[in-house]
Amino acid sequence: MIKLDKVSKKFGTGAFGLVDINLSVDKKEFVFLVGPTGSGKTTIFRLLIREILPSEGTVIVNDWDLTKLPKHQIPHLRKKIGVVFQDLKLLFDRTVFENVLLPLEVTGVKMEKAKQIVEEVLTQVGIIEHKDKFPIQLSGGELQRTAIARALALSPEILLADEPTGNLDSATSWEIVKLLSDINEKGTTVIMATHNVDIVKNLSKRVVGLEKGKLVRDDKKKENPPSHKASDVAKAITDKSEGQRKKEDKV
Amino acid sequence: MKFIKSSLRNIRRSPYQALAAVLIMMLTFLTISFFTFLLAGSSRVINFFESKPQATAFFKNEAKQSDINTLESQIKNTGKVSSVRFVSKKEALKIYKQQNKDDPLLLDLVTADILPASLEVSAFRISDLSGISETLKGSSIVQEVIFQKDIVSTLVSWTAAVRRIGISLVIVLSLVSTFIMITIIGIRISQRKEDIEIMRLIGASNWYIRWPFLFEGMFYAVIGAVIGWTIASLALWYSTPFLSSFLKGIPILPVSPIFLFEVLLAELILAVILGFLSSFLAVLRYLK
Repeated sequence: MIKLDKVSKKFGTGAFGLVDINLSVDKKEFVFLVGPTGSGKTTIFRLLIREILPSEGTVIVNDWDLTKLPKHQIPHLRKKIGVVFQDLKLLFDRTVFENVLLPLEVTGVKMEKAKQIVEEVLTQVGIIEHKDKFPIQLSGGELQRTAIARALALSPEILLADEPTGNLDSATSWEIVKLLSDINEKGTTVIMATHNVDIVKNLSKRVVGLEKGKLVRDDKKKENPPSHKASDVAKAITDKSEGQRKKEDKV
Repeated sequence: MKFIKSSLRNIRRSPYQALAAVLIMMLTFLTISFFTFLLAGSSRVINFFESKPQATAFFKNEAKQSDINTLESQIKNTGKVSSVRFVSKKEALKIYKQQNKDDPLLLDLVTADILPASLEVSAFRISDLSGISETLKGSSIVQEVIFQKDIVSTLVSWTAAVRRIGISLVIVLSLVSTFIMITIIGIRISQRKEDIEIMRLIGASNWYIRWPFLFEGMFYAVIGAVIGWTIASLALWYSTPFLSSFLKGIPILPVSPIFLFEVLLAELILAVILGFLSSFLAVLRYLK
């Protein structure tokens, strides 16, 4: 489904964004992309949506060789990949509903059908009651959910989430991760970039580690036992919040 | 028609830019309308003179009918003449009354005796007219020959000058309005740079992003054209009574509404082209 073959990215400044990355992600997989800031997580995402081209190597998504993808095909690629951007990239002069409607508008989905899809997606991410609010009226978690809803609007085969828990408190972070995990269970390949060690530790998912643009770790997950499902996450959340409560008690 | 909605929102949000764009387009189309009216009018005046008898001989009062008939057949026999028409004193009075029917004072003053009988001669070719008028002048019963070739050639040179001035002015104004539109649409694009970036990242095609800007440009041009045309048409309508008395006897006023709507239609087409072209240039320049 996704394959990076000997990919290097050298930026105009001469700095290396990525060095000789080999990575493949199967259909319906859930992958954590971890590493400190500047390690190249976002660069990988930008390569996957063909926002930038690699300096060397090939990037393959869904049988498309992105290094050879003609420019007019880029919109088709991007419709297959939902992205939750690190800075969210929501339109602040549109309501939550309109923001989520945007990808459907762009693809020319009929208005009636599109509105129905938006309602469904907003219900799925749990912010249907905020649909007429503007982004400025929302909390961090709600903004994150809006961005996720927009990424899901076109039912993409792949969902890329770039630091979706970056600015959130841990309880909200867990809710977001649970949401992504649910989405993954419904058949979407999810790659989530994060530097939240807690989350990665508590979920038994494949972890790919990056450091200074190099691949330093790839725990090809031992077959996900059947128990590692949403229930697993739920348990982690419970453990987590209990842990927190204990901590708070101590304080 | 989603893009129309987003164009209209752009316009609502920065009305001064929209106003500037509409005003410059209005100025351009106002000028185009005025010169169109002027040129259409003057070419019809020329047609009128050209279709009129090209030389008119007025007879002395003492001229006898038999002499006149002799002269008429002499002219006809040259074979260079397409038509010869004799206008008697009575007919001349009738024509005069028709032309001045709204002015009883002028009618009272004039009797058939004052007006001369005349012979209106049309030639096949303008070049033959000099010979014919010489023949007419040579006759002892002819008082005066009016030779309309001079009027026509003066008018033609005037019209050519007006056309040259008009075309240059329209070209300069079109260029100015195109550049102003490119700038305004460019500002629009920079204002929405972030939105455009986001739309690209979630899979919007180039045309999806371009259309609102192209539509906006066409919208300004069309509104400008409609306002410019309306002002020019109202001015024409308002000055029709004055112009009619000035152009007495030349049947070009009042201007038919069909002509006005043809001008509007042509201007709308031009506006769409101009608006599309200038915003397309802006889009090419600012949306890479």
